[in-house]
Formats: sequence, structure tokens, C-alpha cells
Amino acid sequence: MTGWPHLDRFLRTDPRDVGCAEAMGLLHVYAELVAAGGPAEQRYPGIVAHLRACGPCGEDFEGLLAALRDDEAG
Amino acid sequence: MGPAESGVEQPSATVPSTTVPRLDPESAAWLADLAGTGPRQEAALARLHAMLVRIARREAARRAPRLQLAGPELDDLADQAAADALLAITGKLGQFRGGSRFTTWAYKFVILEVSAKIGRHFWRRPGVRMDDEDWARLPASFGFDPAQEAEWRDLLAALRRAVDQELTARQRRVFVALVLAGVPLDALVIELESSRNAIYKTMFDARRKLRAALAANGYLSDDPDRPRRS
Repeated sequence: MTGWPHLDRFLRTDPRDVGCAEAMGLLHVYAELVAAGGPAEQRYPGIVAHLRACGPCGEDFEGLLAALRDDEAG
Repeated sequence: MGPAESGVEQPSATVPSTTVPRLDPESAAWLADLAGTGPRQEAALARLHAMLVRIARREAARRAPRLQLAGPELDDLADQAAADALLAITGKLGQFRGGSRFTTWAYKFVILEVSAKIGRHFWRRPGVRMDDEDWARLPASFGFDPAQEAEWRDLLAALRRAVDQELTARQRRVFVALVLAGVPLDALVIELESSRNAIYKTMFDARRKLRAALAANGYLSDDPDRPRRS
């Protein structure tokens, strides 16, 4: 933590970050695991790191998860 | 990343490989119906299209509060996304590996299409420029308190020097567009005729360089878990 938390967070890069292509390639698998309450963070740490850092991919994940939860809610 | 790239469950060195599971009965039925012919296929295509329109409209509505889009224009964007997703899905049926339900895989396509359409729509706004170097927006963007300008003025100057001196021309261009001009990443993808992955990687490398430069001058820790040198 620094005196500039927003800037610090923005410039922080996680070496586990898999990038957009890999994260999106498996997004449906990851989202289903999250929706089911499965061990998504343990199984896909690189996707977790990416979704934390990449706004557009994070937004897509939130959208997919919302769609799955809407379906479950019926 | 273009939506068309995103359908395959790719093997990866950095994420666990996905073994090919047996398809659940519902997914198997979708594949059989869509790969069929005649009225059976037509009915499946109509069902899939209706499902994609429903998901696209819901997703567009979810994002609407942050967009300058509403009403028929928003519905039109969603309907276009659904139509394009249907084409992409039917063209990639052979790439579905069953790592999820078929419908989840299909939802992903339409959500990525909604993202792409929103990115394209950004450029319809008047006066939008990707080379607008508005350094004055940075303090607010990074939550710097105007009352404490004496504390962050030097940091901001160091950041600007690092942007000018440490980044490659492409990294600087992407930084300026995303951070200073406020262009969304998906909109920049269209303008630079690139992919989300390529732009993200460029920015990832730029962020790493900027952190290193600020750390070398004592403004940030090189290790995010270590406190800043005072």
C-alpha cells in the first residue's frame, strides 16, 4: 500500500495475468464454476488476476454471470 | 480482442487444461438440432436467436446507465449483437468442447458482441479524439486531493516524464488514448484495428515500465506489498 492507492493499483501488474485472449477463451467455463460456487480462484488464478485488472473483460464476466444467475432465478 | 476469437476453449500453459467432458443432454440436443437440417434446424436457430436477443437486451440494459444510449437505439444495438452472435456461434459449433453448458458458451458470444458494438458506438459521439492529452484529468482519475497538491505535484510530473521517456511510441499512444483521452479499450481496438488482447498487453507493459520508473524515484514501491519510501 502507498499514499497513492489508485495510482498504485493502476500500475500494479500480476505475473499470473493470462491476458484477454486466454481469459475470454475460458470465460464460459470460469463463469459457470463461479455461478455454481466452485473453486474458481484456485483453479483459474490467471483468469482471476486478469479479470481484476482488465475492465472490459471484467465487465464481460459480470454480464455473463448476471445472465447465468438470471436463468437460475427463473 | 474480437468476439470471433473467443469461442474456442484453448489449451493454455497458464490455466489448467480443460478435459473434454461428456455433454449434458440439453447441450447435446442443441448441437444435434443446430447441426441438423430442415425444419428441425430452423426451429433450433429460431430458439437460439430468441435466446440471444433476450440476453443481449438484458446485457445492454445492464450497461445502459454508463452509456449515452437508450430506447430504440439500445435495442437496435442489442439486436445487431444477437444477429452477429448467431452467425459466429453457428460457424463455430465444431469448436464447442462441452466445458460448460452450450447455452453458457452461446451467452458468451452475445455478451462479447454487445461489448464490441458499444465500443463501435463510442466513436459516434461528437468531438471524441484519441490523442487528446488531458493531463489535468489525472489528479481526479487517481483520487488525488486538490487540497494536497503540494504532495502529488512532483509525483505527477515524474509520471509525465516517465510516459514521455520510458514508453515506446505505441505504448505512449495507447496510454494517452486510454488514460488521458478516456477512450474505452474496446473503442480503441476499433480505431487501431487491433485486438483487445494486443491493446491490453501494450498497456500491461507500459504500466510495468511506469511503476519501475516511479519506484526508481521513490514514489512507489517496486514491490506493491512493500511500503513507499518517504
